Amino acid sequence: MIKFAETVLNGLALGSVYALIALGFVVIFKASGVMNFAHGSLLLFGGYVTARLHDAIGFIPAVLVGAALAAALAGLVQLLATRGLRGAEIHTLTILTIGVDVLLSTELNRQVGADYLTMGDPWGADVTRLGSITVADARMASIVVAVVVIGAFFAAFRWSRWGLSMRSAAADPEAAALMGIRLDRVRLIAWCVAGALAAVAAVFLAAFPAPGLDRTTSQIALSAFPAAILGGMDSAVGALVGSLVIGLTAAMAAGYQNELSVLGAGFADVAPYLVMVLVLLVRPTGLFGSKELTRV
Amino acid sequence: MSPPETEAGTLRVSDLHVSYGRSVQALHGVSLTVPQGRIVAVLGSNGAGKSTLLRAVSGTLALHRGTVDSGTVHFDGVRLRGDATRSVAAGVVQVPEGRRIFGALSVEDNLKAGFLGSARRSRAELRADRDRVFTQFPVLAERRRQAAGLMSGGEQQMLAMGRALMAGPRLLLLDEPSLGLAPLMVRRIAEIIREINAQGTSILLVEQNAAMALELSDRASVLDVGQVRLEGASADLAAADEVRRLYLGESYGTGCGAPDADAPYATSASTPAVTGPGLTELGRWNG
Repeated sequence: MIKFAETVLNGLALGSVYALIALGFVVIFKASGVMNFAHGSLLLFGGYVTARLHDAIGFIPAVLVGAALAAALAGLVQLLATRGLRGAEIHTLTILTIGVDVLLSTELNRQVGADYLTMGDPWGADVTRLGSITVADARMASIVVAVVVIGAFFAAFRWSRWGLSMRSAAADPEAAALMGIRLDRVRLIAWCVAGALAAVAAVFLAAFPAPGLDRTTSQIALSAFPAAILGGMDSAVGALVGSLVIGLTAAMAAGYQNELSVLGAGFADVAPYLVMVLVLLVRPTGLFGSKELTRV
Repeated sequence: MSPPETEAGTLRVSDLHVSYGRSVQALHGVSLTVPQGRIVAVLGSNGAGKSTLLRAVSGTLALHRGTVDSGTVHFDGVRLRGDATRSVAAGVVQVPEGRRIFGALSVEDNLKAGFLGSARRSRAELRADRDRVFTQFPVLAERRRQAAGLMSGGEQQMLAMGRALMAGPRLLLLDEPSLGLAPLMVRRIAEIIREINAQGTSILLVEQNAAMALELSDRASVLDVGQVRLEGASADLAAADEVRRLYLGESYGTGCGAPDADAPYATSASTPAVTGPGLTELGRWNG
């Protein structure tokens, strides 16, 4: 029972980090129709900035600068796509993000090298005991931060002018343009928000019990990909639910790997994708994917 | 040519040439004027260039990969250069063909979205505009929390018009507002267009339903393969032989022609739905 509770908490923590990443995927996809394959590199870039700066300016400012620079870089990618390749097909832009990913990850790998960069986070390797359950402080922090950040995101999405512009533009870009909504600006902000979310996620991917930020962190970030697809790719709520499902699945498969050893040693890595495939078999548009609300 | 006083609130399209891609030319030198406070109709069949004309005015040509090759669009003495946000800010707002409401959003959010492009910002103005739309369209007030996509076609058309009114238009561009609506609803929409116009908004009405368009408008132009073929006072056009034959379906009124095409269905016992009342409704609108 104790092990189960700990596993669930680990799953929630992992899911909350995935949610930060998956929301970014979904926001970019909703706003511009582009599947952003450079998301892992953006995340690594944000984490790298934080890791390099925390000694000089402190942890919180370093995270804020990392988020701001990752947002700026994401915005730059979007500007490049819209200004430089005006009129290009969505598929071209999606492939462009693969190119951006190759460039960014090559350079970041060169910078990071074989090191593990510490994030300078205040939680270190501390743990908290709740009764007989032991949880890493970093994991509790990731849940709290994700709830606050994602809550703020959903509030903005639901009630702010940007949120309404975003929802309108995603529903029907031409009709939104006819309302005077600037599509370019909506897309730019969406990319920036996604970049900032990814940078925050990087901090927690590198925190305890992970040894620190290294060049494989961007690949771990790709585990959020099935979460976004599972949720339905164009649904923010779906990304959230999908992330929790994937996080819990990964944690369960890892926590009970001895009991599951009949399925092979690496089952924990495969489990999220297995869940994704199973869900898509039943619901091809994902859990919350667009079901057309129309009456003719 | 500096705009004289009479340009206030006037839409002036001059010798407009528009093409899509390199080879498809959609408009060949179209000129058109909508004086302030008037209703001007543009008639024409599919592919005549009606929607292209509206896109050039509302600034959405680029979304369809169209470009203005030559010619100008002025509103209120200011040149519109194909930027939708600027057109809306200048007071030129389009209700798109097929309504294009945001189906998954609530009725109220649809109206708020209409307000986003308006130059005004305050919540008080938003509420005042929304209440005015609710007064004009009580059904929207009743359904304010409902997903817009679940409303009937006529209600969706009202929402699309209400959404455009939220932007505070001085000139409203209507693209086929009667499309796909039952005759009674077409009549209701026509009344609403009159009401909006009576409140001081000029209207450029693009329609295939020539009877409705000519009844509502002061002047009308007939577009044919990208050129203005006829132009004049709507009453004169309604009386013109060519318009009657091409767009008012004369043959319908005399009881031959098109109804014969329905004969196989009418004789089929399983579908007795196509009966007299429907045709008399059509006849009223065609005559």
